[in-house]
Amino acid sequence: MPEIKNYTVNFGPQHPAAHGVLRLVLEMDGEVVQRADPHIGLLHRATEKLAEARTYIQSLPYMDRLDYISMMCSEHAFCLSMEKLLGVEVPIRAQYIRVMFDEITRILNHLFGVATLGLDLGAMTVFLYGFREREDLLDCYEAVSGARMHAAYYRPGGVYRDLPESMPKYEAQHTRSARALAEMNANRQGSLLDFIEDFTRRFPKCVDDYETLLTDNRIWKQRTVGIGVVSPEQALARGFTGPMLRGSGVEWDLRKKQPYEVYDRVDFDIAVGRNGDTYDRYLVRIEEMRQSNRIIKQCVDWLRENPGPVITSNHKVAPPSRAEMKESMEELIHHFKLFTEGMHVPEGEAYAGVEGPKGEFGVYFISDGANKPYRMKLRSPAFTHLSAMDEMARGHMLADAVAIISTLDIVFGEIDR
Amino acid sequence: MTPKLQRLHDALVEVAGVTPVERLGELTLEVKAADYRGACEKLRDHPALRFEQLIDLCGVDYSTYGDRPWEKGRFAAVLHLLSVTHNWRLRLRTFCPDDALPMLDSVVEVWPGVNWFEREAFDLFGIVFDGHPDLRRILTDYGFVGHPFRKDFPISGTVEMRYDPEQKRVVYEPVTIDPREVTPRVVRDAHYGEERH
Repeated sequence: MPEIKNYTVNFGPQHPAAHGVLRLVLEMDGEVVQRADPHIGLLHRATEKLAEARTYIQSLPYMDRLDYISMMCSEHAFCLSMEKLLGVEVPIRAQYIRVMFDEITRILNHLFGVATLGLDLGAMTVFLYGFREREDLLDCYEAVSGARMHAAYYRPGGVYRDLPESMPKYEAQHTRSARALAEMNANRQGSLLDFIEDFTRRFPKCVDDYETLLTDNRIWKQRTVGIGVVSPEQALARGFTGPMLRGSGVEWDLRKKQPYEVYDRVDFDIAVGRNGDTYDRYLVRIEEMRQSNRIIKQCVDWLRENPGPVITSNHKVAPPSRAEMKESMEELIHHFKLFTEGMHVPEGEAYAGVEGPKGEFGVYFISDGANKPYRMKLRSPAFTHLSAMDEMARGHMLADAVAIISTLDIVFGEIDR
Repeated sequence: MTPKLQRLHDALVEVAGVTPVERLGELTLEVKAADYRGACEKLRDHPALRFEQLIDLCGVDYSTYGDRPWEKGRFAAVLHLLSVTHNWRLRLRTFCPDDALPMLDSVVEVWPGVNWFEREAFDLFGIVFDGHPDLRRILTDYGFVGHPFRKDFPISGTVEMRYDPEQKRVVYEPVTIDPREVTPRVVRDAHYGEERH
């Protein structure tokens, strides 16, 4: 009998379970992973370098293209960091809108995360269910910004515009009967806030549905319990944040511990796991969706009653309104300067992190007083999470490596930047 | 400075012996390259500091900073630390002593999570981390030449790639894109545009 040696398996870069372009070199002993070496960078676009050659506002839409599952949260960190440097106050209504859309984004992300974890482990139904609800939330994105994904809605000093008074409706098609059309448009008759409120009423039931399919499912538990266990000490030393850290039992959430915007005014709880395995992280994400739903409801109630400006009136940072620009010479100059030369950010450096759905997403600016950042560093949570892949996958079966990639909740747009 | 930040400030002066700079509600500590590794250990282990998490390590090339000549070293590593116990943050900056061969001690044994960040800074800026177990390129292509985030590296890169039907393989050629700058970079003084009397 010849001696059987370890062999190497090339997983990806084009594999449906790799969640993008991950090339994973696995050293296997039979079916057991001995070493996992992720090769990343296949989607590297040098966003940070590009930002050095563009004005601040021109770099903002790149944020959407980083983590293309949770777009607005990356914009949020970018804006917070700039506002810190500029010393600009954000109107309270804009802060509520941001919090509301951050939470909508969190649900979008966790729906995707749980749904694809299900898909990777063979649960097709939850994948379809998850994408059904995602569609409604992407419609909210579209209603508010005109784009389903790459919104560019948050701006330094506030948000681009106020919430719309009407929702886009489905149009008649030869495949739709009049009754079906009316049914589809039933919750789109009012404003965006009405639509979101209707969603918050429906959504807890939907989460119950996903839980019925998964939480007590025997096969699901066999595939997730005890897979990819991370101890709290490991999680801290590895730089884990977000659900990955909370799944290991560390109660840490920037929204509570270092509140930004109006998170200290809304009521919600932090979900914390116990065992630090894939199953606990799944439960944390499910609970976070419920909590996000609670926050959205509170924001909707507040926003209904409190109209006001949504972007700062400092026209060195935010453009003046169209009408003002046509009337006043000074505003015309502001508008022209802002869109040709861009805003000048005072010399200094600032770091701002937000509790993104995947973990702490941070933007670090070094400004030398020019109209372009001197250096922009993006701190992406999935980058640190994926770097622990080797430690987490060692000793697991090949099929569990798929579960571990999925539980890390990675998106290559932000890992490779 | 808030009382909490003041407490961190005082603890840093006492433990590290270096006075941090406060700006925009953030503390920045600058240490010499020789003290870097020791300072990191102290920051993590001292009970009054407890920075058990490294959030980010970022390489910086200061060679074209501002509109006046830069006096300190060209390359620096900037670390963002977080203490979950005390709920505070710190920025730690270390300049590399040698501009031609920027080199720092690796802190991978202090915070294992820094592994990929150091690989990234090596890849993009060419900062060598002494003692790193696996200092390979991470974000750029296999066989990439140069360190793309240095300020003297053109934004269009140096080579472009295409499939050559005659040789039946992918070939690399020098870039054919002309460099262009749509919006020029302008540094204004802090009070630009304000009313002057």
